[in-house]
Amino acid sequence: MVPVECYFVLSALLFFIGVYGFVTRRNLIAMLVSIELVLNAVDLNFAAFNRLLFPGEFEGFFMTLFSIGVSAAESAVAIAIIINVYRNFHSDQVNSIENMKY
Amino acid sequence: MDFTYSIWILLLPLISFLVIGLPEFVNKKYSWSHKTAGLIGTCSLGLVTVLSYYTAFQYFTADRLADGTFATFVPYNVTWLPLGHLHFDLGVLLDPISVMMLIVISTVSLMVHIYSFGYMHGEKGFQRYYAFLSLFTMSMLGLVLATNIFQMYMFWELVGVSSYLLIGFYYTLHAAVHASKKAFIVTRFADMFFLIGILIFGYYTGSYNFSFTGTEIAYGAGASAFTVADSARALAAGGMILPTALVLMFIGGAGKSAMFPLHIWLPDAMEGPTPVSALIHAATMVVAGVFQIARLFPVWIEYAPQALEVVVIVGAFTAFYAAAVACAQSDIKRVLAFSTISQIAFMMVALGVCLPGHHGAALDNHAQLGYMASMFHLFTHAMFKACLFLGAGCIIHAVHSNEMSAMGGLRKYMPITHITFLISCLAIAGIPFFSGFSSKDEIITACFEYSPLCGWWMTGVAAMTAFYMFRLYYGIFWGTENKELHAHHTPHEAPVTMTFPLVFLSIVTVGVGVVTTLGGFCDWSWASFGSIVSAAGTAYTVHFDPQVAATSTVIAILSIALATYIYKGEKQPIADKLYATFPRLHRWAYKRFYMDEVYQFVTHKILFRYVSRPVQWIDEKIINGLIDFTAWGANEAGETIRPWQSGDVRQYAVWFITGTVALTLLLLCL
Repeated sequence: MVPVECYFVLSALLFFIGVYGFVTRRNLIAMLVSIELVLNAVDLNFAAFNRLLFPGEFEGFFMTLFSIGVSAAESAVAIAIIINVYRNFHSDQVNSIENMKY
Repeated sequence: MDFTYSIWILLLPLISFLVIGLPEFVNKKYSWSHKTAGLIGTCSLGLVTVLSYYTAFQYFTADRLADGTFATFVPYNVTWLPLGHLHFDLGVLLDPISVMMLIVISTVSLMVHIYSFGYMHGEKGFQRYYAFLSLFTMSMLGLVLATNIFQMYMFWELVGVSSYLLIGFYYTLHAAVHASKKAFIVTRFADMFFLIGILIFGYYTGSYNFSFTGTEIAYGAGASAFTVADSARALAAGGMILPTALVLMFIGGAGKSAMFPLHIWLPDAMEGPTPVSALIHAATMVVAGVFQIARLFPVWIEYAPQALEVVVIVGAFTAFYAAAVACAQSDIKRVLAFSTISQIAFMMVALGVCLPGHHGAALDNHAQLGYMASMFHLFTHAMFKACLFLGAGCIIHAVHSNEMSAMGGLRKYMPITHITFLISCLAIAGIPFFSGFSSKDEIITACFEYSPLCGWWMTGVAAMTAFYMFRLYYGIFWGTENKELHAHHTPHEAPVTMTFPLVFLSIVTVGVGVVTTLGGFCDWSWASFGSIVSAAGTAYTVHFDPQVAATSTVIAILSIALATYIYKGEKQPIADKLYATFPRLHRWAYKRFYMDEVYQFVTHKILFRYVSRPVQWIDEKIINGLIDFTAWGANEAGETIRPWQSGDVRQYAVWFITGTVALTLLLLCL
């Protein structure tokens, strides 16, 4: 039986790796991957806390499944955006679309 | 009696203003042709004249009321703006003086419309001219038909605007632009006092109506005649409020009627086309001040008889001043302008010399003879002065100059103008059997009743009037002919459209003169102006005071003889000698006693320097500075915040995460 703290440590690691990756990478795909890491950390937390606090109940697991579904849709949208960015700016670098702020 | 059609007297000129004016102002390519525009204006004015005459006929032939006065009709009265118990109404009021004014305005205006066909022929802006003439006529008719002071004030300002537009008709000329601005600003300045007077009057009496005792006037529901009358009596007993309000209103009237020292705009207003001078600056608009006092006459006489002294003093001084200046002018329109000022001052004096009634009655025909005389003079003066101005227009048309030096000996070239001008000069000089005699004689009689000093003073001014009018007449039609100029361009008689109004107006002058002169000597009640307008409203038969009539006639004839002696000949040795003897006096009178320079000094050297400059400094530095400071602050804040919006998503993420973490820590610590 893996102690429950290990899940939390793993989740925290995943979260901060994701944040670090989001902030430091310039490649849009890499940033998307980082976001996925952050989401996974959250999913893991849901499952672990469900098991810890309410054993025998399933709301946390369902939430995890739901979240995975949403993140799949979200990555599809994000990739569509990235493809469009690439087509229009001929670049997958995040600083190439800075003038989108206007 | 049904007077509901009378609203068309106001609507017709308004419609013709819009019909002629709108295409002209929207886009020149839709403009009417000159002829069509002129015909639209003249035809609608013709209809107005017919309606006015019909109204007058119906009104004055109707049976009088039991107390001997004419009934007052209010065919229209709409509450335009209710303000608590006060309300501004718009409507039509028919009483003897407004019906009399209807005749004056519509007649003179129609004559000017016809005359302008010839005078303005081929002029650029012909349509605009006719549009403004219609606008003016509408405003002036609205002024005299007003049911309350506020409506009167609105139309008062409208005539001011139309006067401004018409003086500045030749807007490419510098002098015309200056004159129109001067006229507008001076009269507006005076109107400010008028407005203050109206507001004081309305605030303290609770009504803008002309008469508070007016139980006979059928004002609409909610008119509280009794409470208003009571409060007014209490005020009159307690204080100076009504006299103050009335004197303030008189200042407004003095501005419009060019009383000293607010007269300075009228001579300059002669820059406008001559028919405009005849209509606006001689016959109708400039008598608005007289009409205003006549309108409020019951209030003046009952609550502020002592304040009428102000009117007498201002009027008597102005009459003398303007007559003195007129003796030295060389521009014929200026002479006529100063003569207008002097004659309006006669009307003012006549109103001012009215005494409180005998036998306890407030309004008394005999004690207030001046009221009737003033209205009568207004009527006759409008006719003969319009004739003089239109005659001057014919002369200017013929010689292309306003200066007397370009004229002389014109009687041979322009017989009709000559005869009509002579008739009008005789009328203004006060020769019996011409209309001016009957009215001026009544004014002087009223002045003698008031005080002998006032009577002799006005007689003296009447003598000066006869003198300068005949100086003008001889200067134009006799005297030295400017052969050089006339050989170059032979003067010719004006076309029929221009001579017809002259003939018509001089026939009126002679007709009224003969009838009223005979009537005055023979006591014919039907031939007396008092049978239509009098202070108490009851029929009054004018009876000449033989002493006054004889004195003024002899003096007028002597003045004319003097003018003939000095100015008739080819050479004028006496006139030249007089110039040589009193060069300074002549120069002062020619320069209008430097009144314009006094104004220039007061406005430029005192007002501009010590009032306008500090105000400008406050405006520029403090008020403008505050606004600039606000703008600068917003700008600086924007410049500071702007770089934060970098467009770098990762930077946003760092801020977001840092903020979230900080907030979380904060919540945990708390």
